[in-house]
Amino acid sequence: MIYKAIVFLPLIGFLIAGLFGRQIGAKASEYVTTGLMIVAAILSWIVFFDIALGHSEGEVVKAVVMRWIQSGGIDVEWTFRIDTLSAIMFVVVNTVSTLVHLYSIGYMHHDEHRPRFFAYLSLFTFAMLMLITADNLLQMFFGWEGVGLASYLLIGFWFKKPSASAAAMKAFIVNRVGDFGFILGIGCVFVLFGSINFETIFATAATYMPHEGASDANVIVANFFGMELTRSTAITVTCLLLFMGAMGKSAQFLLHTWLPDAMEGPTPVSALIHAATMVTAGVFLVARMSPIFELSPDALLVVTIIGAITAFFAATVGLVQNDIKRVIAYSTCSQLGYMFVALGVGAYGAAVFHLFTHAFFKALLFLCAGSVIHAVDGEQDMRHMGGLRPHIKVTFVMMLIGTLAITGVGIPFTPVGFAGFFSKDFIIEATYASHSPASGFAFTLLVIAAMFTSFYSWRLMFLTFFGKPRASHEVMHHVHESPQVMLVPLYILAVGAVVAGVVFKEYFYGHEYEMFWSGALFTSEHNELLHEFHHVPALVALAPFIAMLIGLVTAWYFYIKSPETPKRLAASQQGLYQFLLNKWYFDELYDFLFVRSAKALGRFLWKKGDVAVIDAYGPNGIAARVVDVTRNVVRLQSGYLYHYAFAMLIGIAALVTWMMLGSSF
Amino acid sequence: MTDWPILSTVTFLPLVGVVLLLLTGQEGANGRRNVLNISLATTVVTFIVSLFIWIGFDNSNPGFQMVEKHEWLGTGISYHLGVDGISMLFVILTTFLMPFCVLASWESIEHRIKEYMISFLLLQVAMTGVFVSLDIVLFYVFFEATLIPMFIIIGVWGGKDRVYASYKLFLYTLLGSVLMMLAIMAMYWNAGTTDIVELLKHGFPAGMQTWLFLACFAAFAVKMPMWPVHTWLPDAHVQAPTAGSVILAGVMLKLGGYGMIRILLQMFPLASDYFAPMVFALSVIAIIYTSLVAMMQDDIKKLIAYSSVAHMGYVTMGIFAANTQGVQGAVFQMLSHGIVSGALFLCVGVVYDRLHTREISAYGGLVNNMPKYAVAMMIFTMANVGLPGTSGFIGEFLTIIGVFRVNTWVALFAATGVILSACYALWLYRRVLFGALEKENLKQLLDLSTREKILLYPLIALTIFFGFYPAPVFDVTAASIDALVNNYSAALQAAQKLALAVTH
Repeated sequence: MIYKAIVFLPLIGFLIAGLFGRQIGAKASEYVTTGLMIVAAILSWIVFFDIALGHSEGEVVKAVVMRWIQSGGIDVEWTFRIDTLSAIMFVVVNTVSTLVHLYSIGYMHHDEHRPRFFAYLSLFTFAMLMLITADNLLQMFFGWEGVGLASYLLIGFWFKKPSASAAAMKAFIVNRVGDFGFILGIGCVFVLFGSINFETIFATAATYMPHEGASDANVIVANFFGMELTRSTAITVTCLLLFMGAMGKSAQFLLHTWLPDAMEGPTPVSALIHAATMVTAGVFLVARMSPIFELSPDALLVVTIIGAITAFFAATVGLVQNDIKRVIAYSTCSQLGYMFVALGVGAYGAAVFHLFTHAFFKALLFLCAGSVIHAVDGEQDMRHMGGLRPHIKVTFVMMLIGTLAITGVGIPFTPVGFAGFFSKDFIIEATYASHSPASGFAFTLLVIAAMFTSFYSWRLMFLTFFGKPRASHEVMHHVHESPQVMLVPLYILAVGAVVAGVVFKEYFYGHEYEMFWSGALFTSEHNELLHEFHHVPALVALAPFIAMLIGLVTAWYFYIKSPETPKRLAASQQGLYQFLLNKWYFDELYDFLFVRSAKALGRFLWKKGDVAVIDAYGPNGIAARVVDVTRNVVRLQSGYLYHYAFAMLIGIAALVTWMMLGSSF
Repeated sequence: MTDWPILSTVTFLPLVGVVLLLLTGQEGANGRRNVLNISLATTVVTFIVSLFIWIGFDNSNPGFQMVEKHEWLGTGISYHLGVDGISMLFVILTTFLMPFCVLASWESIEHRIKEYMISFLLLQVAMTGVFVSLDIVLFYVFFEATLIPMFIIIGVWGGKDRVYASYKLFLYTLLGSVLMMLAIMAMYWNAGTTDIVELLKHGFPAGMQTWLFLACFAAFAVKMPMWPVHTWLPDAHVQAPTAGSVILAGVMLKLGGYGMIRILLQMFPLASDYFAPMVFALSVIAIIYTSLVAMMQDDIKKLIAYSSVAHMGYVTMGIFAANTQGVQGAVFQMLSHGIVSGALFLCVGVVYDRLHTREISAYGGLVNNMPKYAVAMMIFTMANVGLPGTSGFIGEFLTIIGVFRVNTWVALFAATGVILSACYALWLYRRVLFGALEKENLKQLLDLSTREKILLYPLIALTIFFGFYPAPVFDVTAASIDALVNNYSAALQAAQKLALAVTH
C-alpha cells in the first residue's frame, strides 16, 4: 500500500492541479501538489530504511495494480517492483522533486501559469516513479516516454519563446532516436528470453551463457538484422540496442545535443529533470539490466568508451560556455559519462552511488543558479554578472558547497570529504583497477575531465560572485537574496551534498555492499572489482585530487589573478576556442546531415514521387483523357456518380446472373 | 435476446432514420433542427443497441456468434450475418463514431443538410454490413456500397477541388473492386459456395490462391490505403467535410484491414505467406515515405492524412506477421486509429470552422486563447505519435514485436516511424499552437464550445483509457485471433508436408 501511495500521490497532485487548477487557483495548486510530494518523500525515506537498510520484507517486494497487455507471450501487468535499487531512486526522485516543488513556489512567483507548471512537475514525478518501479521492460518504457513527455512540456513551458518550443521538440525527437533502439532492444529480449518481465529475464539470464568449452557455445540462436548470432553475440546486440535508449535519455555523446538546449525551460525544471532525475534514467536502465549486461563484455566495453568520451567531451565544452545554466548542463552531461564508465567497467554500485550524490549537488547547483538568475533579473550570461558575493551571501555559500562537492574536495586517504569526493574517486579507481580493455583510456579521460570539471566549476564561481560587477547599475541596485521558500531547499540539498558520501559509501560500494544491495545489482562471479579497487597505487588514488587542484589553481589564475589571460588565450587559439564554443559543431553537423536532408527527401518524395509519378501516370493520366471528353463540370460531377453506380450495378447483375446460371448446372 | 436478430437490427436501424428524414422538410431553422435531431437520435440509439452485441458476446468462443442465415438469391447466395472477435469491435467502432459525425456537422454544413444526413446514415448501413456479412457476395455488395455515399459526401459537400478528389477516389476503387469481383466469381467456381464460413474451411489450391490473393489484395490495398495506391486519400481528406474525414479515417480505411484479415489471411494462407515479404516492403515504404512526406505538408488535413497512411503501414505489417502479437496489434491499431485520427480530424474541424483555412502557416500561438483546445490536441498528437499511456502505443508496439519475430529488418525500418512520427506531429503542433499570438484574425478565436467539448472529451477519455487498460479489447479478440493464427500455421505446415512428400 505504501508503495502505491508513493507512486500515485504525485499523480493525484497532477490531476488536481491539471484539471482544476483554474478553478482552485494558483495558490491551492501549489500547496496541493507540494503537500502531496512532501508526504511521498517522507514515505520514500521510510521505504528506503525499510528495504535497503532493514530488509524487513525480503529481497524484492511487488505490488500489483492491474492488467496491461496480454498477447501471446507478451504478458505484462502494471506492477511495482521494490528492491534496493528502486528504493534508492525513490529517495532521489521524491526528495529532489519535493524540494523543487517548494523552490518553485518562490521562483515561479510571477508566472501566471503556475497551476500548469506544478501539474507538469507532478506528472513528471509520477512518470519517473513508474519508470523506476517497473517490473517489466514495457512499464519502464512507459515511464521512459512519460518523463520524455513531461520534459517536452516543461522545456516548452514558456511557449511564447520560439527557442523554447524548438528546444522542446528537439529534446523529444532526439530522445526518440534513443527509443528507437530501446524498442528494438525489447524485441530482442522478447525473442531471446520469451518474456519481457524482469523475473523471467533475470532467471533465464543467470544460466543463459554456455559454459566455456561447452558444445553448444557456437549454436546460432537468433538472426538479428542479417547476423547469425550465438548466445553471446545475441546478448551483445540486445544490450547495445538497450544502451542506445540509455544514450538518448542520458544525453551521451552523439545523442547529447538536446540537453544544453533543454535549459530553455525554467530553472527548477533543469534541476529536477535535466540534472538529478530523468537524465539518470539511462544509468538506472543499465543498472537494472545488469544481469544481462554482465553477460556481454563487448557491450560493456562500448558503454565504457561512450561514457568516457562523453565525460571528456562535455567537460571541454563546459570550459568556455558563458551561459551559467549551460555550464552546469555540460557538467551534468560529463558527470553522466562518469556513471556510464562505472557501469561499463562493472562497478554498478559505484555508478548508482555517483547518481545518488550527484542528484544532491547538481540539483543544489542548479537551484543556486536559479537563485542567482532570480537575483539579477533573469540574466543568464556570466559576462554580465560578477561581484555578486556581498549581495547574495546565502546563495553564495550554498553554491560554494555545491562546487566543493562536484569538484570532489576531500582529504585523500581519510573519510573526510564532500559527497562527490567519494563517489567520483570510487569510479576513477574502479576504472583503473578493472580488467576492461578500455581501462587505461577511460581512466585517462576521466582524470582529465576531473581537472576540467574543477576548472569550469570554479570559473563559474569566480565569474559570478567575484571580481567587479559587470551588470548594469540598474540591475545591481535591485540584486536581492531569494525568499526563504527558495533557500530552505538549498539548505537541505547542501546537507546532502556534504554528508551523502561519507554516510553511505560503505553501503553503496564498500563493506556493506552485499547486505545493502541484496541482489538488486548483479555481478558475475569473475567480477572482483569491489575488492580490487581498494588496492590501486597511491598515485592513482591521488590523481583526481591533484587534477582538482590544478583546475582550481588555473581557474583562480585566469579569473581572479589575471583576467586578461583567458581573453588572450582565446584570441591566440581562435580555432580551438570556436570549436569548443560551438560545441564541436554537432548542431550544425546534425542539421546538415539529418534535418535538412530529411526535409529535402520529404519534399522530393512528395513532389516527385506522389505528384510527378504516381498521380501523373495513375489517376491524373486517365482523368486528363476523360476530362477531354466531358468538359461540363456540373455534368461531370453527377456523371461520375451515375457511372459508378452503373458500373457496380452491371457488376452485381452479372455476378447474380452468372451465379443463378451456375447453380443450375 | 438470443432469437432477436440483433445484427440485422444494428445494421439496418439507420434506415429508420432515413425514412424519417425523407418525411420531414428541412426548410427554415425548425426544419434544420428536426433533421439534426432525427439524425442524432438515430445514431445514438443505434450505438446503444449495438452495445448489446458486446454485452451478449461470448469472449471464449472463437467462432461466429449471433448468426442469422436466410436464403436470399438463388441457391448460392444467402443472407448470412455473424460476428466474431475480430469483427465485433469494428461494428461498435462504426456505431460509436456516427453520433460524432452528426455532431461535427451541426453547424458547418449549411445546405442540403437532409441529403447530407441521409448519405451518412446509408454509409453507416453499408459499413456495418461489411463487418457483419458472412456471405462473400453480401460482403462485396456492402463493401462497394460504402463508396457511393462517400463519393456523394465529398463530391457535393466538399471543398473547392471536390470533383477532382471524388474522381480520384472513384478511379482507384474501381480498379480494386473489378478485380475483387473476378476473384469472388473464381472462388465460387472453385468452392461451390459464397458462404464465408464454408470458404474459410475450404482450402483453395495453392496455385489458385496466388491469383485470388492478388485480386483481392488490390481492392484492400487501395482501401487501406497502401503505398503506392495511397494518393487518393490526402485529396479525399482535404476536400471532405470534417465528418466525412472522420468516417473515412475512422472506419473506411479499416474495411481494407478487416478484409485482409478475414479473406486474405484466413482463406489464402499459402499465398499470404508467399506474399508477406512484398507486403512488408510496401508497409515499410509506407511508414517511412509517407512520414517524410507528411513532414513537408503545409495543409493540416493533408498532414494528418499522410500520417494515417503511415499508421496503416503498421497494420498491414502486423497482419502479415501472422502471429498473435502482430494480428492483435493490427486489430488494436485499427481500433485506436479509428478513435485517434477521427479525433484529430475533429480537432482540425474546430479551427477550420473558425477560420476557414487549413493552411498551417495561417495559424500559430493558439494555445494562448484556446487552452482547452490545446490540451485536447496535445493528447491526440501524443496518441498519434504512439506515446505509451495512449491507445496509439499498444498497437504500434505489438505490431513491431510481432513482425520482429518474423523479420527483424522490417521491425528495424518500421521502428524508424517512432522517430519520424514525432517529427511531423510535434512540428505541426508547434506551428499551429505554440508561439506568441501575433496574427490579428486569430486573436478573436474562442476556445472549445460546449458542442465541441462533447465531441472531444469522450474521445480523450477513451484514448487514455485504452492506453492504460486495453484488456477489454484483448479479451474480445484473443480467442478468435488465436484460432486464426493456429489455423494459419497449420495450413502452412500441411502444405510443407505435402511439398516434402511430393519431392521424396
